Amino acid sequence: MDVLKEIGNIGAGHAATALSKMLDKQVDMNVPNAKLVPFDQITDSLGGEEQVVVAVYFRVLGDAPGNLFFVLTHDSAKKLLKGMIGLEVTADGYSDLELSALSEVGNILAGSYLSSLSDFIKINMQPTVPALAIDMAGAIMSYGMIEYGQMGEQALFIDTMFMDGSEEVEGHFFLIPDPDSVSKIFQVLGVQ
Amino acid sequence: MTLSSAPIIKVGMADLNAIKSPGLLKTSGLGSCVGLILYDPIQRIAGMAHIMLPSSDIAREQTINEAKYADTAIPALIERMTKLGAKVSSLQAKMAGGAQMFVLNHDTMRIGPRNVESCKEMLQKYRIPLIAEDTGGNYGRSIEIDSSNGVLRIRSVQNGVKLL
Repeated sequence: MDVLKEIGNIGAGHAATALSKMLDKQVDMNVPNAKLVPFDQITDSLGGEEQVVVAVYFRVLGDAPGNLFFVLTHDSAKKLLKGMIGLEVTADGYSDLELSALSEVGNILAGSYLSSLSDFIKINMQPTVPALAIDMAGAIMSYGMIEYGQMGEQALFIDTMFMDGSEEVEGHFFLIPDPDSVSKIFQVLGVQ
Repeated sequence: MTLSSAPIIKVGMADLNAIKSPGLLKTSGLGSCVGLILYDPIQRIAGMAHIMLPSSDIAREQTINEAKYADTAIPALIERMTKLGAKVSSLQAKMAGGAQMFVLNHDTMRIGPRNVESCKEMLQKYRIPLIAEDTGGNYGRSIEIDSSNGVLRIRSVQNGVKLL
């Protein structure tokens, strides 16, 4: 599990640097959490199954396929938009421009996350184009658990939280490698 | 909450439960999963399954969790309800969920629609009429069945509350 934490750390470290450049602000992140999580607890770090979140989803393609989510609360999404493109978002919804900006932030961060990870473990991994959804965390995150559903009642979950220097924007990266990818990553790293 | 308020029993992901009135069964954050409801209006017995996958044929687990797959959850739920006194011939079905949460052009799994199709096949096999459904789309749902009257309450972020 320490190896998986390190993987999350490296990926998110690069993503945080990318975000920091984009916002021209300091961005911090916590030590990633890598663990097998029962399906029902997978949304705990987001505030529960019914918590409405903004999520950008990527299918990870390549030699170790999986699912990658970039997840923000409404508050953080709006603050991120303000910090990034200077938009004061007041309405309840999001404009097309705002949605597209959020997708693009996710895209840049996911690209940075995966390419650093890919370089580190020498396994080819690429994200698909982003898909965005604003909905209940349970409905969104369960999509990442389908592969594990065939195996048991829990999924391997690498969660990295990052925040800007003033702690106003808080986001999560969730990497859920497919069950077969985990053994592949371990194999490449020489871990049993 | 008052003393007379009916108990609310939560059904988790890949879980099922049944109750005899009074009481509510609830499951939250259905995406591509299907919330399948069976109801016996005579005995006032309600059952709910939070189904994740269409068929146990694809299972790679050693001991199958029956509640997870459409083809095993429906028979298991029927059994649970007949133990409480429900009659298979009186049962009516409702379902919600089965969405495609993300619009993907590479999505070959179509897991939401396949869950819905598989549930329908199983209901036909047991000759249980499907009297209402709110399935598909690209949004999540939380649902609640009232065992006293069989009304299914569906809540979504985009469309608010709907009663079936």
